[in-house]
Amino acid sequence: MHTSSDAVARLAGVAKRYGSVTALDGVDLVLQRGELLAVLGPNGAGKSTSIGLLLGLIRPDGGRAELFGMDPQQIDARRRIGVMLQSAMLPPTLRVGELLRLVASYYPHPRPLEQSAALAGIDDLLNRPYGKLSGGQQRRVQFALALCGRPELVFLDEPTVGMDIDARRRLWNAMRNLVAEGCSVVLTTHYLEEAEALAQRVVVMAKGRVLSEGSVDALRAQVPVARIRCATDLDAQAVSAWPLVNAAQREGDRLLVHTSEPENVLRRLLEADSSLSALEVQRAGLAEAFTELTREEDQQQEAA
Amino acid sequence: MNSLSISVTAAPNTKEMSARRVIGAYLAEARSECLRYMRAPAFMLPIMLFPTMFYLLFGLVMNGSAGAETLRYLLVSYGVFGVISPGLFGFGVSLALERDGGLLTYKRALPMPPGAYLLGKMLMAMVAAAVVVLMLLAIGLALAHVTLSWPQAALLLLAGILGVLPFCALGMLVGTFIKGQGAPGTLNMVYLPMSFLSGLWVPIGMLPKVLQQIAPIWPSYHLHQLGLAALGMTHGNVMQHVAALAGFTAASFFIAARRLRRYG
Repeated sequence: MHTSSDAVARLAGVAKRYGSVTALDGVDLVLQRGELLAVLGPNGAGKSTSIGLLLGLIRPDGGRAELFGMDPQQIDARRRIGVMLQSAMLPPTLRVGELLRLVASYYPHPRPLEQSAALAGIDDLLNRPYGKLSGGQQRRVQFALALCGRPELVFLDEPTVGMDIDARRRLWNAMRNLVAEGCSVVLTTHYLEEAEALAQRVVVMAKGRVLSEGSVDALRAQVPVARIRCATDLDAQAVSAWPLVNAAQREGDRLLVHTSEPENVLRRLLEADSSLSALEVQRAGLAEAFTELTREEDQQQEAA
Repeated sequence: MNSLSISVTAAPNTKEMSARRVIGAYLAEARSECLRYMRAPAFMLPIMLFPTMFYLLFGLVMNGSAGAETLRYLLVSYGVFGVISPGLFGFGVSLALERDGGLLTYKRALPMPPGAYLLGKMLMAMVAAAVVVLMLLAIGLALAHVTLSWPQAALLLLAGILGVLPFCALGMLVGTFIKGQGAPGTLNMVYLPMSFLSGLWVPIGMLPKVLQQIAPIWPSYHLHQLGLAALGMTHGNVMQHVAALAGFTAASFFIAARRLRRYG
């Protein structure tokens, strides 16, 4: 197929049920070569199920899952991917170097061990037993295992959980290096700033469906919320009744106003209180856009 | 880490996995399985200590005056008792824990060659079984003064190394039914009664008649008979016992593999 020549992974109209629970309800997802795609969503949104389908761990009830145009259960497809799962208890008595050698042995052309270790920043851990490492160190080892096979596509399921800020930033850098090398990455995460910092494209999932898909900017634009913060005596309840104001609340001596048209609301605010000070206007972050999207979904569900 | 640059050109074009590398992956898996368990005293010590201690205690200390024949007989009994545990526990406990802890899922997502995981565990169990039999042989020859010919000792060792396989299959089957920390307890509920009922603790002739009659349903009974035959202590139909063990292994493995594929 001509159109799929650059797609490295694809879910097409995939449905998956566990008993009476619908985990995925007609999900379409395409990952292009060289792209970093972030999959966002609350718990139970279907992120892990989507990853499981693309890894061939579970089979779809309807639709198709493909890796490099092949069935994910074919070993030739999986020889081109690297994996970091959310919860994998690796053998605690094996040393880090032994684990790296083992996983690298599954691949046709793995990286040299030193290179994998350097990329993940674990050069100093190679002789340590895995079970003796801290949580953050273990995550870095798992990251090294994901890239040691020189994969064309890497799946990272919540990779930075349990890491401090410094370690997280270093892992982000390592991910950027991977993408620069031409590797595609699928990243699921709870941390919106992670998606914001890394992803070219963001997919938001909730309740087994894809709610939104696009660049980080497009996602933000979809929910054009701005935040106005200022010090004022105006009553929050009165302000929240103004037209164009989505919500207004008090935070100490500051008033916080959510609006999709900050210019108009600002004009009225300044008119109403000439002594208004400490003014800040902020475009919505991904966090607001995300909450907004999943809340709309909830309201629609309740209305239905 | 930031200063490190990655060379794109180093990646070769071929995506094929050479046969040499596939074999290498099987070997690496087997090596890892052996290493990780040899380094886990909680796993290795009971396997090594119980059969040897029992042989020393019930064979040498308490039955020391009973004569050479009894000590030869007990060498086989405790040998079989010692061979069961690496198979049963090596497969059962680790499978139950690894299904629970996500390692099995991780391995399935990786391009590990098919069966390498189980083959690695199997090899580990065979090595552990060999060590147990060798330790018992050493005690038997050095301390108990059991008279054995070299071929007899070699046959007993062979019976131990191959005889671990039915218990690997049984452990694997039990491991697909239980998850997590409860595994050792459940497996002991299989291990200890089965050992008793197949005459490994008390000679089978001293058990009640009805237990003697149902003894052939236990794989350990057949391995015991093979072990006794190896030392020339029975002259029953060896092939019949081999066939019973092979059938038991195949059936357990088949059901367990099916359950693993279906439920993971």
